[in-house]
Amino acid sequence: MITTKDKIQAVEQFAEKVVEIEGRSLWQDARRRFFSNHAAVISLVILTMIAAIALLAPLFSQWHYEDIDWEALSDISVLGRPNIENGHYFGTDTLGRDIFVRTMQGGQISLLVGIMGSAVAIVIGTLYGATSGYLGGRVDSVMMRFLEILNSFPFMFFVIILMTLFGRHIFLIFVAIGAISWLDMARIVRGQTLSLKNKEYIEAAYACGVSTPKIILRHIVPNVLGIVVVYATLLVPNMILLESFISFLGLGVQEPMTSWGALISEGAQNMEIAIWQLAWPLGFLVVTLFCFNFLGDGLRDALDPKDR
Amino acid sequence: MFTFISKRILEAIPTLLILITVSFFLMHSAPGSPFSSERSLPPEVLANINAKYHLDEPVINQYFYYLGGLIQGDLGPSFRYKDFTINELIAQSFPVSAEIGIWSFLVALILGVGCGIIAALRQNSWVDYSVMGFANLGIVLPNFVLAPLCILFFSIYNHWLPPGGWNGGAWPYLVMPVIAMSTSYIAQIARITRGSMIETMHSNFIRTARAKGLPKYRIIFQHALRPAMLPVISYLGPAFVGIVTGSVIVDVYFGTGGIGQHFINGALNRDYSMVMGVTILVGTLTILFNAIVDVLYAVIDPKIRY
Repeated sequence: MITTKDKIQAVEQFAEKVVEIEGRSLWQDARRRFFSNHAAVISLVILTMIAAIALLAPLFSQWHYEDIDWEALSDISVLGRPNIENGHYFGTDTLGRDIFVRTMQGGQISLLVGIMGSAVAIVIGTLYGATSGYLGGRVDSVMMRFLEILNSFPFMFFVIILMTLFGRHIFLIFVAIGAISWLDMARIVRGQTLSLKNKEYIEAAYACGVSTPKIILRHIVPNVLGIVVVYATLLVPNMILLESFISFLGLGVQEPMTSWGALISEGAQNMEIAIWQLAWPLGFLVVTLFCFNFLGDGLRDALDPKDR
Repeated sequence: MFTFISKRILEAIPTLLILITVSFFLMHSAPGSPFSSERSLPPEVLANINAKYHLDEPVINQYFYYLGGLIQGDLGPSFRYKDFTINELIAQSFPVSAEIGIWSFLVALILGVGCGIIAALRQNSWVDYSVMGFANLGIVLPNFVLAPLCILFFSIYNHWLPPGGWNGGAWPYLVMPVIAMSTSYIAQIARITRGSMIETMHSNFIRTARAKGLPKYRIIFQHALRPAMLPVISYLGPAFVGIVTGSVIVDVYFGTGGIGQHFINGALNRDYSMVMGVTILVGTLTILFNAIVDVLYAVIDPKIRY
């Protein structure tokens, strides 16, 4: 009896020490690796700045995104030029509206649409992939076959059908687009799950009688989060590009609201006489997409050490 | 291998059938009809037209009419381009898109793989950074920006190339569509090649080859390239389908008359049979090229057996 008591005490003491040492978790390691990647950190800073400007700058400008400057309208190619004095920092568009405020307002829409679409895609894709991979067997092959069928649809077909169903509600459209662009995500997560599901801790959870949904949500999903985060940062720019493509076709946001894609589309029509109408929104779009790509690469290096 | 291929072909049939069914009903459930326009027709004329195209019958009957035609290889009449069948329109526009597509694909493959290999062999040098900077630029610069910039540069400022048209595919008319089409693919292929090439060059068999004293070009071309191409090939399958079936942007800007515009216009105008025709074409090509990718995988990687 005494010996077991001693043993218990020893174990308790050891346990206290272990708590004091406090090992570095996977996420702390990843954070360290991420912050040593300068391109990724700079991208993150620039992205935060763009988001902050897009949100705040319209409050400080003397123009509103719907306002028409009748004076500039009389001669766009001269009076509509970028000019600090009359408040048109980026110039005006052909209707005399301020490009600076419109670019910022378009940025809000583009970023929001990108983030919302990706969020929907990620939730569905992760859950679908984890379920399919964890259950395995016949369920898995049926779920994967379904995915393959969805994959052979032309993507634009879905987009246009959704457009006709939802009209011009850009956010609804992007929630719907998110709901169909989770296919790659699901495939990646499934692959990861297959290798995870034979790990001891999953077996332990199963032996303890944890239910299947709970194993998937509490044990599988947190362990595939790394790859999900990486994929998310690469999905957001794709969504933004898709939105600008749709707006470019003239199917996206409704006037007087705008998005980067819509602004670029308008700018491209007047690029010979008023290049600033194209240059500013295009610059913001390209810088944002560049940053998301670098951020994604940085996160991949940080969270997926195998790939380096 | 033979059983594998025949199994893939058999599997493709139900997949295609589901594809056709779902897209048919989705398309018909969208509000509007091919003949609803701002200048409305007299109701009697509309009724006649609807009767001619079976549009007055329940959707399920229309579906079986369509399937019946499809089995005989008939994709139906176009609702928008009068006096044309979808077969004719696709036969007219698909070769154009395919020609642009195949050239773009070759350009993208050669430049993409080349850039990727060079970047991987000079990892973390200025060569690597500039090649990858270019690759990232290709991804972030959408082709609807690239196309007008091309026209501005090649046609308006310099008068080197005609700004649009097709002219039977003469090369001056091909250059700008190919640039607009291939840039983003070059970038993607270069990224994937670089990643897998770096991984391969660090593997043990390359070290062995180097220890044997093989010359560098033989290590790269005989030993490293084959395994490094695996991830690239799985990207190329769907990418090839995407390239060959054209782009609405290219068709709109360069007036090439490819298949890309038909799909978008068809969907917007509710030209049901046009959308169905393009969907079936794309779906079939996707399934076909996914199967080809699987076969190529087995050829390249001896570890894979079917």
